[in-house]
Parts: sequence; structure tokens; C-alpha cells
Amino acid sequence: MNLAIKDIRHNLGRFVLTSIGIGMLLMTVMGMSGIYRGIIEDATLLIDKMGGDIWIVQENTRGPFAELSRIPQNLTHRALSVPGVTVARSFVQHTIQRQNNGKRLRMTVVGVDWPIDNGRWIPLLSGRMLDQNHYEMIADKSLGLELGEKIKLGKNSYTVVGMTSSMISSGGDGIGFFTVSDAMSIQFDSPGEAVRLERAARSARVERSDVGLKQPSLIDLSSQASSYLPALASPQVSSVILKLSPAANIKEVMNIIEGWEDVSVYTSEQERELLLKGSVEKVRKQIGLFRVLLTIISAIIMALILYTLTLDKLHSIALLKLIGASNWITLKLILQQALILGAAGYGIAYFLGQKIFPLFPRRVILSTEDLIQLAMIVFVISILSSFLGIWKALQVKPNEALN
Amino acid sequence: MVDQPAIQAEGLKKVYGSGNTEVVAMERASMRVARGEIVALLGPSGSGKSTFLTAVGLINPPTSGTIKIGGELVLNGSKPMVDLKNFRKKHIGFVFQKANLIPFLSARENVQIALEINGYSVQDSKNRALELLNELGMADRADNLPSMLSGGQQQRVAISRALANKPAVILADEPTAALDSHLGRQVMELFRDIAHNHGTGVIVVTHDQRALDVFDAIYEMEDGTIEFRQT
Repeated sequence: MNLAIKDIRHNLGRFVLTSIGIGMLLMTVMGMSGIYRGIIEDATLLIDKMGGDIWIVQENTRGPFAELSRIPQNLTHRALSVPGVTVARSFVQHTIQRQNNGKRLRMTVVGVDWPIDNGRWIPLLSGRMLDQNHYEMIADKSLGLELGEKIKLGKNSYTVVGMTSSMISSGGDGIGFFTVSDAMSIQFDSPGEAVRLERAARSARVERSDVGLKQPSLIDLSSQASSYLPALASPQVSSVILKLSPAANIKEVMNIIEGWEDVSVYTSEQERELLLKGSVEKVRKQIGLFRVLLTIISAIIMALILYTLTLDKLHSIALLKLIGASNWITLKLILQQALILGAAGYGIAYFLGQKIFPLFPRRVILSTEDLIQLAMIVFVISILSSFLGIWKALQVKPNEALN
Repeated sequence: MVDQPAIQAEGLKKVYGSGNTEVVAMERASMRVARGEIVALLGPSGSGKSTFLTAVGLINPPTSGTIKIGGELVLNGSKPMVDLKNFRKKHIGFVFQKANLIPFLSARENVQIALEINGYSVQDSKNRALELLNELGMADRADNLPSMLSGGQQQRVAISRALANKPAVILADEPTAALDSHLGRQVMELFRDIAHNHGTGVIVVTHDQRALDVFDAIYEMEDGTIEFRQT
């Protein structure tokens, strides 16, 4: 006869409520690891999805994800000249916060190097890839945009031609994919007045300089658009991503690029590590500590619940001992109840988590590895938390049944 | 062993504490209960009845004296001559003032658990529990929880449990205290029938003077000593 099950059936309401309480506590522990996984997944999403072998960034920076990086766009041509490099793509990433239809629109703008890269690595829910160099975008569904919707960013309007999901930046913002040129337009967009003032200032500087006096045509040129000025630097991108041929030796390619004094170079794995050890490291530690704290709290609460449940049964335990029950029978009763409570709590935590976590603003990813780990933790704390109740039960003497 | 008395307690003494705090709860207490005999143990509160009962029930060993059950010496003073827990499980049944049933087990399960603890298989335990409940007129309430039974019915279940392992001895501590006089008498008669039909030695501690005619012998306890009163 299983006394644990009999007792639970007899006090089913109390057991269910207790299990729900434990379950919600465990759901929080489960959620903590899910949030951590979500942050890691979001942070490394672009690095993993874009499929580059080498990332070239600004000299002495850990960009473009861990910190700001600026390199000339024409670096792609230089990179293509390195033996073994088959594809060189510009990459732009920055975050904007604008208004769209009266609502706040916070978005990470990612520029893909169209037409080399039309975003075919982006998992589409609906719509299509980018088909032209301007005025199209693919939007993550968390941005709240709809397929075919037009949004105005700066002086231009962009049509949502594709919808994707789970494309979130390390900051937790939904990603909008544009071509590199559009992404740069959005980033460097200046109001007309600012452009006019800059051109006037530029003309004034030329007029004051010897060059302006010797070559008056330069004064006229200085008030033209930037693209007409041959002396200005080419547009800046965040990084350049290289794809190597299967036969290429990645170390050799990196050695060559490291010889250039204006850039730093990382493998995708190094880029991933930089990101995780940089912006995500503190979050990881913080969540990890919270998780440990919540696990300890769960164990304490479970121990108190099991202790209380044992106190309620002391007379029955004394009676069982009086009629000859061994300590093992009472120990089994408490231990089984602890394990059933732990298992029920875990099941409720998983069920509630599946329903509640998708409503969270950031992704909560329940990995199999984490779920198994938590199941083992729950198993261990169920056993540990039953010790207090078992200790109390072992103190009970058979003659207490006579009182 | 069949010819031996169910219980033979000789010169039991129980002392609590020591030095200035020493209290003698029982002294020179002796009793002999034959198989199939039912005896009453009367006495005022604090006279040592419960101390005697827990001593012969092998729960609280005496300081000195001997206890034989079924002719086997089980306690020589406080020194156990057998594994007391195991011996108690097999040879002694208890019935209390309150039925003391396990609240989360049905009437049948309350009897069945005593059998399972004693090594019976689940099916055998179940069958024997139903037999016992049937014998005590409780078969139709076998699946009821204790909370659904009257005081008298609960006491019958408790008696069934005490009988489960066919004990040589049943020790009952004021089993009718919580019952009205009619039910109380019924329970006392039940004990008598059990003693006579099963050959069990039964000691009933009671204050109830109205049902003394059911007993084969009456002992009285006062200030820790037992005196034989009448047959």
C-alpha cells in the first residue's frame, strides 16, 4: 500500500495548491535560465545566421557588436584581393528609436550587402527577400509592422516586403533588415538645414584657406553634395564579413589582414566570444546568481512544506510505529511525497512556462539541456528538503500514539 | 506454548527520574492472563495503569521485573530478551480510548496496513482485512474513511486492526471512554467474544463499572500496585 499516494488523495486540495505554489517558484527558476538562453541566442543570432568566416572591424576595437566600429566600405575590394576570400560583404548595424503611426518604434537596423547578400539566410514567415537596392525592408514581427506597410525613416519611406521572427539584437530590440546603402542613409540622415549649414561652413573654410584662394573652383565645389567631393572619405560601414573558399587556410588569411594597420580581424568564433564576454557576461552572472538564490529559496520552502505535512501526520506515524512499522516505511512516506511534490511542481512549472513565457517582451528559451538540469536540481532539492521531515518523523516514539 | 499463559508479568517496577526527582510509578505489579481470558484493570487516574499497559505492551520497559508473553521471556527488567519491535508487531494488538485510525486510510486499509507491515502480501492482507471487518459487522463500511464512521464503528475497525496479526495479547486502554453506555457495552462484549473465540488474552483498562460482568477477572491498581479483586 502506498501511504504517500493515499495521504495525497485524502488531502488533494491542499496538495494541488502546494504543488501550484512550488510550480510557480520553479517556473521562475526555469524562466531565469530561459531568459539567459534567450539573451545568448539573441546576442549571437546575427553572427551565427550570417555565416561569415572572418569579421574585419576598426583597428583596436571589438566591434561591431561589443563596441562601435567604423571602417571604409571600399575595404571589401581590398579584402577580395586576399587569396582564399570568395565573398566580402559590408555590414552595418545601429539602433534607432522613432515614431511610427503615433507609436514608438525601436529597431535595430541591420544593413545587408545587396545584391551579394539579399538576406536569404533570414528565415521568412511571409513575403520575400530584398529585391532592390533601395526602399525595401524585412521586419521582425516583434516590431509590430505588417507586410506591405510603409514606414518613413528620415527622408525616405521603406516598404516591408518580408516578415521574420525571433530576429532580435543583443539589446533585445527587433531587427529591421535593409540594404547597406539604405541602412547608412537611415543612420547618417541629416535635416536639410543641417546640410545647408555644413555646406556654408565648408565654403567658408575653403575661402579662408590658401587652396581656396589659389583654386576658386574649389569654393563652388565645396557647396555641392558630399559625393561630388573627391577628397572626402568614402562612406563608413560597421564591419566587413568574409567568406573563405573551402580550401583556404583561415590562419593565413587572417595573418595577411592583420598586417593591415587600419583594421582588426576576428574569426566568427572569436567575435562570438567577444560578444558573450563583453555585453552579456554581467547579465549572465546576474541571472546565474538569481537562479542559485531562487533554487535555495525553493529548497527552503519545500523543506518547510514537507516539515508541516509531516507534523500533521505525527500521530499516524506514531501509530504506524506502534503496530510495528519500520522507520523505512515512514521515511518512504515522506520521501515519496517530497518527490511527488517536486515532480508535480516541475510539471506545473513547465506547463505554466509554456503558456506565460511567450508573453514576455524578450525571448525565453527553454533548452532541453536546461530542463534536464533543472529536473535534476528539483530531484536533489526534493530529497534534501525531505530530510527535515524525516528527522522529525524519526524522533516520534510509538507511545505517542497512546496520548 | 499453547498451555502457557498469554501474559505473565511478575514484580514489575517502574521508576522515572533519579535522586530527588525519582518517582516510582509502579511497584510489585504482577498479573497473569490466560489464553482466552479477558481481564479488567481498574484504578483511579495516576494509579499506574498506563505505565503497566505500556510495560506489558513492550513500549516502555519496566525498571525491574519480568514479562513473559505466550510463555516466552521477553523482558527481564529493562533488558529485552527478544527484538521488542518485531515481537510487539507479531504478538500484541493495541486498542485505545480513541480509535486512533489513520485518517487517510479507509476502514479496510487501516486493518490491511497492519498485515502488510507484518509481511503479508497485498492480496492476502486485503482478504484478511475484509474477513475481520465482516466478523465485526463492518464489511459494509470497509471502504469508508474514518471520518465517515461513528465512534463505535471506528472502535470496531480499531479492534479488527488489533486482531489482524492473530496476537496472543490485546491491550485496550479505556476503549469505551468515548462511547455511550450502550455502545460501550457492545464493545466490551466484543472483546469478551474475541478472547473466548480466538484464545487471545485481553487486558482492558477501564473506568466503566457498568460492564464489569463481561470480564473473567478484575484487577485493581492503586499507587502503582495491582491487586486481584474478583473473578
